[in-house]
Amino acid sequence: MYRPIHELTDAYRRGDLTPTTVAEDYLARIGKLDGKVGAYLTVVRDQALAAARESELRWRAGSPRGPLDGAPIAVKDVLCTAGVRTTCGSKMLERFVPPFDATTVERLRAAGAVILGKTNLDEFAMGSSTEHSAYHPTRNPWDLTRVPGGSSGGSAAAVAGGLAAGAYGSDTGGSIRQPAAFCGVVGMKPTYGRVSRYGLVALASSLDQIGPFAQDVTDAALLLGAVAGHDPHDATSIEAPVPDYAAELTKGVAGLTLGLPDEYFPDGMDPEVERAVRQGIEVLKGLGAKIERVSLPTTPHALAAYYVILPAEASSNLARYDGVKYGLRVAGRDLIDMESRTRSAGFGAEVKRRIMLGTYVLSAGYYDAYYGKAQSVRTLVRREFAAAFAKVDLIVAPTTPNVPFKHGEKQDPLSMYLNDVFTIPGNLSGIPGLSVPCGFSAAGLPIGLQLLGRPLDEARVLRAAYAYEQATSWRSRRPELS
Amino acid sequence: MIERKDVEHVARLTRLALSDAELERMREQLNSILAHLDTLRAVPTEGVEPTSHAVDLVNVMRDDEVTACLPQDAALANAPDPSGEFFRVPRIIEE
Repeated sequence: MYRPIHELTDAYRRGDLTPTTVAEDYLARIGKLDGKVGAYLTVVRDQALAAARESELRWRAGSPRGPLDGAPIAVKDVLCTAGVRTTCGSKMLERFVPPFDATTVERLRAAGAVILGKTNLDEFAMGSSTEHSAYHPTRNPWDLTRVPGGSSGGSAAAVAGGLAAGAYGSDTGGSIRQPAAFCGVVGMKPTYGRVSRYGLVALASSLDQIGPFAQDVTDAALLLGAVAGHDPHDATSIEAPVPDYAAELTKGVAGLTLGLPDEYFPDGMDPEVERAVRQGIEVLKGLGAKIERVSLPTTPHALAAYYVILPAEASSNLARYDGVKYGLRVAGRDLIDMESRTRSAGFGAEVKRRIMLGTYVLSAGYYDAYYGKAQSVRTLVRREFAAAFAKVDLIVAPTTPNVPFKHGEKQDPLSMYLNDVFTIPGNLSGIPGLSVPCGFSAAGLPIGLQLLGRPLDEARVLRAAYAYEQATSWRSRRPELS
Repeated sequence: MIERKDVEHVARLTRLALSDAELERMREQLNSILAHLDTLRAVPTEGVEPTSHAVDLVNVMRDDEVTACLPQDAALANAPDPSGEFFRVPRIIEE
């Protein structure tokens, strides 16, 4: 276990390992340990073994499909998988079996990846701790009393715990980067539109983006490259060529200018996080990067703007769960009664809260005060990033203001929302962002460093992360699960 | 501050049947969240265009051609109450 995908495929090439034995090892480890971690909602043992056997034949014939052929991968249970139930962590979709694959899943299958199963999440991707799945919470492999972050906590914990070699999640306000930081793995949210959202169950359509979790930056580059690119099924996917991200990794950071935003080191942030991130910045400086202070003054207001825009879009997207075409139905005396009973029984507390909030901010008399205002603030956030990126190549910042917290510690919704204060601006502006491990707290909890780049400049984000990773040894530390 | 009747109104709009206790908790939590959202008022946005989307897209068009689509049985497979080739719902129209 704990071998990155690029090392597994090297071993397949040499004949030292086969996709079948690796898939069997992962499935055995899931069987033994996932009861403690709770990373998965569904494990597709037979499908995984069948895919692994096919991959093995290709490797043996010397004709693998590419760098993910035979890689054991987990997929967040918000991406549709044909014939395999897709729950979104909700009772509403407990028995929903999609008739088609999400484009990401389709591309993974075409690349020869071995999909192990579907990972846990906060219901409908609303949350930052993966405590609020309707099925079970996920635990952080570094400390089982703590949360893995969220909402893609199952994918992050699977990669951190050696229960998948790589994984995919979705990031609407930080749902890939924050759990990656909490679990000590690499996590990337690409530019909005870089990866097709077709078959991704919608939370907030103007913010959602799919991205990878990886054991190291090289794998992140491979996992992104395999699924990126235009898709006629998603009109918002960008028609731009996909670079060979892995080939660009070794270009280094010498000569790059990294922007350091004052607003990402506010009073009251965890001093251990601040220290680790500032030390990480010193490492990048030592590698030849120039550091320049930048200002993103609207940052403190991004959270409030997000918590208007996200619930507004979510309340509209989740209107489709009405007990008619798919999902739960609870009988009622008429149509409205049936819909109300269905939605009340199918949705959990946080989902109801956000639907209510979104409907309120869109309702007559409040639209301009909340929704219109938030959209203008979104413009300011975008403009400030654009101005900063006119001067610097990348922005470097903490991923989260704190280390992983205990299960049950954050009861107040607003205190939970504050977890995403450094990741939300990236979604509002649509730019790519990545979290790479940059150290540990005294208690041994992982800390993440965030790199943000210009739209479609994933290659440079990955390249800086790679340079940092190669200069440090954080990735050699692994949680001990037994 | 939003009041109980506002919460009841929004619950009706969203088709959520909330218990008394849920309505009360929702009122408290929404007020606490809205107090934070109200901090947006301090941001000067006069004359700032709204952003609805991170990508500046104009309409995406394609040729009006018939292409493969989901077969009817697959589209109905997840329906909680299918009837023949239809999705069945409780009676809407009075006799």
